[in-house]
Amino acid sequence: MERTTLDLWVGIFVVAGIAALVGLALKVGNLSTYNMSETYQLSAYFSNIGGLKAQASIKSAGVLVGRVSGITLDTGRYEAKVTMSIDKRYQFPRDTFANILTAGLLGEQYIGLVPGGDTQLLQAGEVVSKTQSAVVLEDLIGKFLYSKAEEPAK
Amino acid sequence: MAIDKHLRSIGARVVDAVWRTGYATRFFALILIHSGTSFRRFRLTVKELFSSGVMSLIIILVAGTFVGMVLGLQGYETLKRYGSESALGSLVALSLVRELGPVLAALLFASRAGSAMTAEIGLMKATEQISAMEMMAVNPIARVVAPRFWAGVISLPLLSALFSAMGVFGGYVVGVVLIGVDEGSFWSQMQGAVDFQHDVLNGVLKSLVFGVAVTAIALFEGYDAPPTAEGVSGATTRTVVQSSLAILILDFILTAFMFRGN
Repeated sequence: MERTTLDLWVGIFVVAGIAALVGLALKVGNLSTYNMSETYQLSAYFSNIGGLKAQASIKSAGVLVGRVSGITLDTGRYEAKVTMSIDKRYQFPRDTFANILTAGLLGEQYIGLVPGGDTQLLQAGEVVSKTQSAVVLEDLIGKFLYSKAEEPAK
Repeated sequence: MAIDKHLRSIGARVVDAVWRTGYATRFFALILIHSGTSFRRFRLTVKELFSSGVMSLIIILVAGTFVGMVLGLQGYETLKRYGSESALGSLVALSLVRELGPVLAALLFASRAGSAMTAEIGLMKATEQISAMEMMAVNPIARVVAPRFWAGVISLPLLSALFSAMGVFGGYVVGVVLIGVDEGSFWSQMQGAVDFQHDVLNGVLKSLVFGVAVTAIALFEGYDAPPTAEGVSGATTRTVVQSSLAILILDFILTAFMFRGN
């Protein structure tokens, strides 16, 4: 069995195909920035999560520190329980605020963590107690209308 | 009396279609059973990889580049209205990796390589080469059909990855080089939006399924073709029509499973 030019062409084809796949993974996809290997879990209760979805990003000071790993309704207190996977490199104090924010005016929703001044750090599995729910546009419009109605007529 | 005749012909067609479906299923099972030879004598498969994969390279590369360029142009015109030209990268990459890459590569593959497979096997049957192999106790499915099947299944995912990569390149050329979208935001928005597992791997999975469907249809039509010039030409047409429809229908089903709710 000897090598032929046909083998060369097929080899070029297979190598080019695999290179395209690797290129898609590294240059187009997020595999190169996918280094959040070690994470720990935190959870937080929100009275309304708005349009937050699983895999939404968690940012602190604008830096991506983790992802939302799960959203469930806690029927004990009828609030949304959001579990978050946070990168092990980042620790947050006990009195950290978790806010649901919106990227841009109508963009995706994400969780912003605003650290407090506590010297104690949140441990894996603990609950972030200070939260602020999503701003729902309908509620906002409703409040605006009510405040307009309450104004004395001129 | 005329109605009676029509009813009878409809019934005959239905029975014939069911019959053919059963025959096709048995044919597909036979390919899988006799696949051992394709890997033990890999040279056979390599030869088919050349004729179906390498020979489709040019059309895939050129088509991919131009599809990406059109996406870049149209996407820019639309996104400009909302002042979000920087999202061009994610638009081009997501539509290519998820949909256009696998689907268009499969459609091109069906018409470029699938029709050739059907014509080749149909002619082998018409010129009684298949019967001759059986006479020599060579299993034609193991020797002729299965290597072509595996070559198609291997080459289509590679071709669709190349299509997507060339498309992204085409979108880059039009968007960044010609129109002047910011290069940094083009790539970073793309990397932010495209998830390796969710988008790239699902695209590869799609093209694997399309590869199985297209080559199985092409080989069956060739093997089942009436051994006449007319029969082979009809079978070739049926291959292109049926595999194109199969690709689009399967694409809807796969998309519904893969990308729903996200």
